[in-house]
This record gives sequence, structure tokens and C-alpha cells, in this order.
Amino acid sequence: MSTNPAFEMRNISKRFPGVLANDNVSFAAAKGEIHALLGENGAGKSTLMSVLCGLYRPDGGELLIDGAPVDFRSPRDAIRAGVGMVYQHFMLAPSQTVTENVMLGLRDTPFVLNTPQLAAEVEKIGAQFHLPVDPHAMIWQLSVGEQQRVEIIKMLYRGANILILDEPTAVLTPPEIEGFFRTLREMAAAGKTIVFISHKLDEVLSIADRITILRGGKWVDTVANANLTKATLASMMVGREVLFRLDKTPHQPGAAQLALSQVQALDDKRLPALRKLSLTVHAGEIVGVAGVAGNGQRELAEVIAGIRPVTGGAIAVTGQDVTHAPPLARIQAGVAYVPEDRSATGSAPDLSVAENLALRAFRKAPLAGRFVLKRQLMQQQAQKLIAQFGIATPSPQTPSRKLSGGNLQKLILAREISSQPQVLVAAYPTRGLDIGATEYVRKVLLEEREKGVAILLLSEDLEEIFALADRIAVIFEGQIVGDLPANTADLETVGLLMAGEQVEA
Amino acid sequence: MAFLINLLSAGIRSGTAILFATVGEILAERAGVLNLGVEGMMLMGAVTAYGVAYSTGSAWVGLLAAAAMGGLLALLHAFVTITLRADQVVSGLALTFLGSGLSAVVGAPLVEVAQAPRLPAFNIPLLADLPVLGPILFQHNVMVYIGFLLAPLAWFYVFRTRPGMELRAVGEYPAAADVMGVSVYRTRYLYVVVGGVFAGIAGAALSLAITPLWVEGLTAGQGWIAVGLVIFAGWNPLRAALGSYLFGAIRRLPLDLQNVGFFLRNPTYGYFMNMLPYLFTIAVLVIGSREAMRRRVGAPAALGQPYVREERGK
Amino acid sequence: MTSQTTRSANPTVSRVRLERRLEQPRWLQIMSPIILLGVALLFGAVLLRMVGANPWAVYSRMAGLAFGDAYGWSDTTLKATPLILAGLGVSLAFRMRLWNIGAEGQLFIGAWFATGVALHLLPETTPQPLMLLVMAVAGFVGGALWGGIPGVLKARLNVNEIITSLMLNYVAIFWNNYFIYGPWSQRGFGLSPQFPRTAWLPRFTDYAEQFPFLRGITAHFGIFLALILAIVLWWVLRQTKWGFEIRVLGDNPQAANYAGINIVRNTVLIMMLSGGLAGLAGMSEVAGVVHRLQERFSPGYGFTAIIVAWLAKLNPLAIVLVSYLFAGLLVGGDAIQPAGIAQMLQGVILFVMVGGEMLLQYRVRFGQV
Repeated sequence: MSTNPAFEMRNISKRFPGVLANDNVSFAAAKGEIHALLGENGAGKSTLMSVLCGLYRPDGGELLIDGAPVDFRSPRDAIRAGVGMVYQHFMLAPSQTVTENVMLGLRDTPFVLNTPQLAAEVEKIGAQFHLPVDPHAMIWQLSVGEQQRVEIIKMLYRGANILILDEPTAVLTPPEIEGFFRTLREMAAAGKTIVFISHKLDEVLSIADRITILRGGKWVDTVANANLTKATLASMMVGREVLFRLDKTPHQPGAAQLALSQVQALDDKRLPALRKLSLTVHAGEIVGVAGVAGNGQRELAEVIAGIRPVTGGAIAVTGQDVTHAPPLARIQAGVAYVPEDRSATGSAPDLSVAENLALRAFRKAPLAGRFVLKRQLMQQQAQKLIAQFGIATPSPQTPSRKLSGGNLQKLILAREISSQPQVLVAAYPTRGLDIGATEYVRKVLLEEREKGVAILLLSEDLEEIFALADRIAVIFEGQIVGDLPANTADLETVGLLMAGEQVEA
Repeated sequence: MAFLINLLSAGIRSGTAILFATVGEILAERAGVLNLGVEGMMLMGAVTAYGVAYSTGSAWVGLLAAAAMGGLLALLHAFVTITLRADQVVSGLALTFLGSGLSAVVGAPLVEVAQAPRLPAFNIPLLADLPVLGPILFQHNVMVYIGFLLAPLAWFYVFRTRPGMELRAVGEYPAAADVMGVSVYRTRYLYVVVGGVFAGIAGAALSLAITPLWVEGLTAGQGWIAVGLVIFAGWNPLRAALGSYLFGAIRRLPLDLQNVGFFLRNPTYGYFMNMLPYLFTIAVLVIGSREAMRRRVGAPAALGQPYVREERGK
Repeated sequence: MTSQTTRSANPTVSRVRLERRLEQPRWLQIMSPIILLGVALLFGAVLLRMVGANPWAVYSRMAGLAFGDAYGWSDTTLKATPLILAGLGVSLAFRMRLWNIGAEGQLFIGAWFATGVALHLLPETTPQPLMLLVMAVAGFVGGALWGGIPGVLKARLNVNEIITSLMLNYVAIFWNNYFIYGPWSQRGFGLSPQFPRTAWLPRFTDYAEQFPFLRGITAHFGIFLALILAIVLWWVLRQTKWGFEIRVLGDNPQAANYAGINIVRNTVLIMMLSGGLAGLAGMSEVAGVVHRLQERFSPGYGFTAIIVAWLAKLNPLAIVLVSYLFAGLLVGGDAIQPAGIAQMLQGVILFVMVGGEMLLQYRVRFGQV
């Protein structure tokens, strides 16, 4: 690792309508260094890196590559200067081949594409950095891990010396992460600079040479990775002490409220997503579903809510069979659902907060008569819930699209919980929320558990699952491959199960 | 047999205009922009071609003018939908209204015009003498021959060249194309305008070669049919050619059947024959949609969605 | 031009740029349709000039004809009636982002059904209220069936409703032509025999004996039906459970599905209601204006209704206002040559409104980028 900075960002500011996303941030990394950029969601990490890779232009500050000032007008300029970014949401066209995606945007390829030759070049780069992938495969046929390799190859093919990786491990299993880290270290040893964006403390501590922390759009500190603890990093990241344990009463499960047996379902591509999955959740317990993204979590939540058809098996709620019942019947049977995508599924953006709060209860008294809505009562009900759940909104009439992510999530929770459900499916309920909102959501889930609700919690955050769940069900390729009591389970076993390994019980 | 040869030959001739319009719309939609203004652009192309050909005495100048007019109208749609990010459906509808009305206004004096010059028709030497195939394929107007080349060329361009690959990426996942340095805005503008140029040429092919004359509402919904055929074609120019020619033949059917005994005795049944092209379009759409569901060859994923970069996304 | 499109063209000099407004000021929301209408008329004037007309003469003549006196208002009301009915229908479908552009065909089929009742189903001696009621129901059902076809295809097979509803326009017109030249024809001309008087919607002029000032006012009672339906629809969408479902569906279908709202059933239902309202427009035309089925009895009401619905932002009460405006345009346009001017102006107005609406969401900024 040399001391010459590969790039240097000085006093970068970036403003969006209504938000100052980066406030006078300086950041630099040396050649051959793995530099972690740490911060909560909304701390400004992605914005800063989008400036570095030419996607955004800063409103203030300057950028130097190899000591020379540069002014990137587009990602293409940045790529030409050797800066390549691997986004969290892969920038790959699903219906095109690996080779086509790698070649996209290159100006020096001939007008008529010579596919065999280009494919061979892609394969060569893959072999060189231990990133095996079939150059002729369509992107949609690949696993997420493979797609990530394609993204990295894409950058290496363009001669990137500075590689920015945005939350790269979110889609990988623990063993995959190990292999991936080896590749990163090799690339660093070959003189490449790697910026590793993350909010996971363990990973940052195990891979980074240095760590820069951002908070609320501002630079907090840059530290060498020596003698650091999770607690110090966390307090720098959050700005206060963080508790890693939640208080919880002992596990006292009641009757089986939600029972899935041998359930099968297809994903959006019409490929099997759930393969004879069986799972039971009892009253008064939280079952946490752990798994690598894309192993059927979304489909699992959706078949319970009734918005995805079941192709085999059976689902019962409080003993009633609802396998083929429409969403309305599930609502009436007592299923509440906090969906993964708050704005796309969980709310109607142009309708008011009050109307969104009534989205699942508008059919019954007291909110409606036989045909006509009782707007007055809807309003009162909304005011009550806004106060009870502390939803920050100018008024109940405000369109819900104007709420922040945390407040929208509170709205959804308020709506689902106020329906007094028997079963609550919470899909990634704290994703993208700040620490305060996250703690609130977790507190509410535990309260519901106390009340005897059967809760199925889907999360990508193993810490969250260990903190909240009474039982941990590990999902792999559409099956539950392990069902462990949370107080005796260990991280290693869960990790192996997530990767599809057989584990002795 | 003579009847069939006649029908196929006429079908290919009358399908040519639809083919140009369909291929143009495929390019625009591949870039992610739906343009429902094809009918309006074709009408403006037809009237422009006819008027310019009449006043300059050259059908070729008329054709060029029609292409330019189509491109210009498409540019308007591009500005409203790409830059201003207005709804593509409504903007396309507005374009069709504008084109239909404006073409009627500027074309009013042209309806009485006796005869504008036409684009040339000629037989392809040797091939035209082939039995059966000769009269079906090789005794046509120059636009038909250009049409023969158009579909395979467009297919090759879309699936086998670098710009074609960029075009597909922009329609499929604009953000991915953008970060790789392909300008989404420029690409979309380009292909929307190219689509308009093709629609203008399609109109010219009608008024200068296929029909050939100008009357108000000359296209009789062919622009809309083109939009429907895009779906049937699965956004593939080769299948568009198949659909266009088949369609041309069906459009010709009522004319060719006029002299058949049954229809001579019951002329009003001809109205049912006239419905065929439109019913056929619906049938073709049903087939296209079913297929799209079965084999994952749907619309370009970003079709109809404006692209925004510098704004807070999620 | 926004910053994106000019970025690469001329990056270094200071220039004007557009920035999206976070919040539209209230005055702008109210004023914007009026400003945009003015801009559209200006554009129209430029086009008229280009085709050799005197725009101000054209505009003032059109306005005078449409709104100058009681007869003008009567003619305008005559044309506003089908526009309101079809516009309400179209707006209902658009609300759910179902692009029903088949209102013209639904209108023709509605007229065909009503004609069948008046000429062939019920005897001439049927009491007028009963006759008109059955005709209205038949017209509604006819339009609903015709609109239901694209609805079912969309809901069940995901077939694009834009194309199917449009194609059915042509089919409907040929269908009518078959009957008015064939089985229902009066001596082979393109029209049916005249309806019996019991199948005529009452006109204001019919009451001229009691109220002499109504003489010559040929507008008919269909306008009351249109106004009542506009108010009913407004109330239903605002105050009922079903109206709430439709609004959720229109805003976010995925959320609607999640909230237990049945998308498939509502898609078909809305398309049928949408077609039914357009069918009522057809019934009101044959029973109130032409009193028979004939070729081209509609100068494209079904298409103009699309523009009306959009400009009224799908609000049922605003549809009444906008319909009057466009009816005036049609009345004025009828008297002006060449014939396409009214349609051309409609296109310009829609274009300016669609584009301008977006433009007003931006604010001009000067300075370095």
C-alpha cells in the first residue's frame, strides 16, 4: 500500500431539493488500499460516491485523481479516468447477455459486434481475478452473486483502478462473503484502490485498511483499522451509545396461528421460488426468517398476504384454510402485512395520510356504512393513530408521498396493528430507517408479541433477527432448511444454513 | 390461383406502409418511448408528400419532405415526454389529434388536385419473370423493394450492432446504460425522431405510391394498426414484416372479394369484410400478449417511463 | 430544456436552468389551465396564420357563433351533452389508468341499441317515459358491452386496451353501416327511418307554446341527464366505499391489491361503466338530435371526450365546464372552412396542456452550473 492518494475529494457539497446530502466532505484513499465508507442509511455515502463516479456533479468542492484535478460530467468521464462503481442495485439489463452488458457503452468496439471474440475477453478477465461467469448467459438466468461478478468484470474490463462497491455483501452468504473478500484483497494487492461502502460493522472491521465515517451528510472521522471496537465505530456512526441487546420476556408460545405446509409458488419470472416450504408461527412468538436475499423471502411474505398465487400445499390462519383465498379474505382472517416496499405496495402516494391509514379497514364499521364512507370518523381515527404512533405529518390530509421513510413506515405499522391482527408478517420493517425509527419499530414488534400476535419477521440483518426472534427459520432456495431456538442458535450455524450447507442438529 | 397471386401481391403492396410505420415504432419503443402519434405523423407525412410532390414536380422531394415532417412531429413528442416527462400516452394521443386535424386543414385544397407525381414502379429484371413469385414479389413500386430490405436491416441493426445494443439497453434499463456512458436522453430523442421519420415515409408511401392520392383521413387507422403490430411482433422487425404483409393482404380482401358472386348479390355484407383488419389486429394482440406472458419476451422494461437522473430516487 | 439535455452541449458557460418545484403554489394550480389555454390559442393562431387564415377573425367568429346569443348557447348545449356523457365515461377509465379510447365506438353501439328499441323492440304506442327509459338502458348496456370487451381482454389476458378499444371503433362504425345500408335502411340510403315521436327526447322548443322565449331552442333534455350524472359520479367517487377503491386503484394498483381490492373485477366493471356512459351519449344523440340512426351522426364526440376528460383532470364537475368550452369550439368550427380547424385546435390545446402542465412544475434559475 503506497501513500500516494489514488483519489482525493476536497470539501464536497451536494444539495438536492430540500436536502443537503453532502456537507463539506473530504475523503481520500491510497493506491492498493481497501477503504471502508461507513455510515447509516441517509448519511450521504451513496451521494458522495455518486459524485466520485461522475453520476452527480457536486455543488461545491473539488476532485483529484492521481493528484490532478478532474471535472467529471458523466460516468463515462469517470470510467475513462479509471473510476468504476458497482451499485447495490446492479446496473445490468436482464434480457441481455453477460458479454453485452460488459460491452455496453464502449466506443472502441466495432459497429458490428464480434460476439465470440468479446465473450473470450470477458472470460479471460474473469479467470484472472477468480470471477467465473458464463459470458453467453442472460443476466436474468444468473444468481445475484454471479451478477455481482459481472458488474466487477465490467469495471475491470474498462481498466478501473478505483473500484467503489456499494453494500456489496448484502446479497451474499457468509461463505460467499469470505471468497469475495479474498478477491478484494487480491485486487488491492494488484494495486487497485477499493472503496467499500457499508453499514455492517463486523465486515468493515474484517476487510478495511482504513475507515471513514459519515453522519448526517458530514464527515466525522477517518481512522486506521487498528484496535477498533464495534462499539466505538457504532457510536461514531450514530453519534451516541447504541445498545445491541433488547429486553424481552421469556418465550411462551400459544396456539399455531399461521401454518404453511408444503407451500409452492413461482417468482415473477415464473420459476419455482418456494419449494414445498413448511413453517408454523404460534401466538406470542416472533419467528425470524434468515436468508440471503432472493431465496424466496419476498414470495413467502406474498403468499401469506394472498397477493401471490400458491401453486401447491396449504396455508392456514388461525386454523382456517386460506390457501387460495384472495387478499381480502386474509385481511378478514386477521393477517396484517408490513410489506417490503413501503411506497410501491404499502401505500397510495397521492391519497392522504388519513385515507392510507384506512386502506385496510375502510370497508367495515365504524369507518363505513353499507355503501358510504364516514369521512368524519376516518379523520378522527387518523388523528388518534397519528398521535399514538408519533407519525410526523403536517395534517391527516397531507398526501402520504410527502412523509419520510420512517414516518411512512410508522403509518403502515399503525394501520396494520390497529386492525388487531392475529398474524403479523413484517418484511424488512427497519430497512432504510434511521436508528431512532428502527428502535421504535422493534419496540412495537415486541409489544405485539406480548399481546399474543404471531409474528413472522423477515430481515436481512442477522443482528436484528437474533435480537428480536424467539425462533430462527433459515430459508434457502425456497425451503426452510433449519428452525432453531434463538437463544441457543449461533451465528456460524445460521450462516452455514443460509449458504445451503448441511448442518448436524 | 390467379386470385391468390393477386391478393398476395396487393397485400405486400398495401402492407408496405404499415411496415415502415411499425419498424419506426419498434425503434422508438425499444428506446423506451411509446408514441401513439403514429396515425397523426402518417397523415401529415402523406399530405406533405403529396403537396410537395405536386408543387415541386418531384415525388422524391415529396418523400424527403414527408420524412422531415414525421421527424419534426416526433421531435415535439420527444420534447414533451423526454424533457418535460409528460405522460407518453396522452402526448401521443395529442399528436394524433394534431396530425389528423392539421392534415385535413392543409390538405383541403389538395383533394381536388388531379395528379401528383408518383414514386416509380418497376419490375426487377429476371426475378420478375419467375412464375408465381415474380408477380407476387418483384413487380412493384420502389417503396415495396425498400420495404423488403428494411426489415432485415433493422433486425440486424437492433440485435447485432453496437448502437443497437445500446438502444436495447436504454429501453430495458436506462440507469444501467446511463452509468456506462450511453446518454439516455440523446438515444431516446434519436429513436423517437427516427420512428417519426419512418412514419412520415409510411405516409408518403401511401399518398405517392400505394393509394396514390390524398383524401382526408387517408390512413384509415393504419397508424394505429402499426402500434398494435409492434406488440404482435414482440418488438422484432422481422416479425413486423410478417405481420404487416399479412395485414396488407387482409385489408385487400374486401376489395378483391367485391366481384365474387355472393358479395355482388349482397353488397352490404361487405361491411363485415371491412371489419376484418381491425378484428385481426385484436386477434393478433391477444396472440402477442399470450406469447409475451409465456416466453419472457415482453415489452422493453422501461417502456413508457420517463428517465430521471439527478433527483433523489428511492 | 432541462439541465440534463443541455449538459453535454454547452457545459461551461453560465445559463438558465430549470429546477423542479417541490411545491406548486396554490395560485398556480388554479391559474395554470387558464394560462395554458391562452398559450394554446396563441399556438393555434400561429398555425392558422401559417395555413393562410386570419386567426383573430377565426377566433372571434367562432366565439360569436358559440356563445353570442341564445341560439348559440342552444347549439353549444346540444354538443356539450354528448361530450359530458362520454367525457364522464372516459374519465372514469382514465382514473384507473385504463386508456379507453374507444368511446366513439361505444357511442355508436349505444345508439344502435337505442335505435333497435325505438324502431323494432317497442311499439310506437309505448308511453314516452317508458320508451325513453328503455332506450337509455339499452344504450347504456350496448356501450357497456362494447367497452367490456377491451376490459375483459385487459383484465384476463393483459391485452393492451388502447389498441383494442380503438380498433373496436372501426368495427362499430362498420356494424352501424351494415344496418343503415342493409336491414334497417330507409330505401338503401345510409339512414334508418325516423323514430316515432314517443322516442324523441323532449326539446326546449317543444314547450314554446307555454314559454314563447324557448322557441327555436333545440337543445334537449339530455343535458339534464348529463348534469345529474356528473354530480352523481362526483359524489360516488368522493363519498362511497367503491369510489374509494377506485381512487386507490388509480393511484397505486399494487397497494390496492394489497388492500384487498379486486383489480380484475374492477377493471372490467370500470370499462363497462365507461362504455355505458359513452353509450348513453349515443342514445341521447339519436333520441335528442337526429331522431334516427345515420352515418356520421357524431363528429368525433368520443375522441373529443378524451381531451375533455384529460383537461378537466378527470374531475366530473370540471368535465361539464370543459365540455361547454369544446362544444363551443365545435359549433364555431362547423361554420368555418376548412373543416379540420376545430380538430387541429383540439390537438394543439391538448399538447400545450400536457406539456405545459409539466413545465409549470419547474422554476427558472439563472447562474453557473
